[in-house]
Amino acid sequence: MKNRLKVLRAERDWTQAELATALEVSRQTVNAIETDKYDPSLPLAFKISRLFGKTIEDIFQDEETS
Amino acid sequence: MKKENTDTSDWGTRTNKRTIHLAYWTTAWVVTMALATFGPKFLWHSNELLTLLAILINLGLGIGMIVANIQHLKVLDEMMQKIQLEAMGLSLGIGVVCGLSYSLLDTTNLISSDAEISYLVILMSLTYLVGIFTGHRRYR
Repeated sequence: MKNRLKVLRAERDWTQAELATALEVSRQTVNAIETDKYDPSLPLAFKISRLFGKTIEDIFQDEETS
Repeated sequence: MKKENTDTSDWGTRTNKRTIHLAYWTTAWVVTMALATFGPKFLWHSNELLTLLAILINLGLGIGMIVANIQHLKVLDEMMQKIQLEAMGLSLGIGVVCGLSYSLLDTTNLISSDAEISYLVILMSLTYLVGIFTGHRRYR
């Protein structure tokens, strides 16, 4: 699954550590999501979408359908 | 940047607190394990009451350590929980499979020495560490 987390974070000038604190996860987890090594659970995906004020589909794209 | 959770303490502080909590319990358990192992020989010269007391204290602290470990796992984020789960699964699987094979080698007298549980504990600990290390590498 691809995502735009890195772009959205950069637009807001947040560091990975700041985003991790806001999402209550480790910085390694944010990094793993950004590099497509880890797909977040649905609750975490909703948390991310709420934080950025976007829908889940705006942030995450299924590689098979995109 | 506003936080998503309304808990009074932040996630990082809670995680650190639980990790330190687990370290205290583990240290206490290891120390009392050493006491119960070497105490009868070097400290209280095989006094059965003191030996039983040392074992019971070790058992109690062991239960406390298990509870502390569960609390530590619950406060980790989902990816860290996944890494822990995979490492524990690997450790348990290898421990059971290799432990039973090792036991069979002993009961069928294919090895001359008795099977020691300490070897199994060492194997499971090393496997767990390898699992944690490879898990962190995979998601780095």
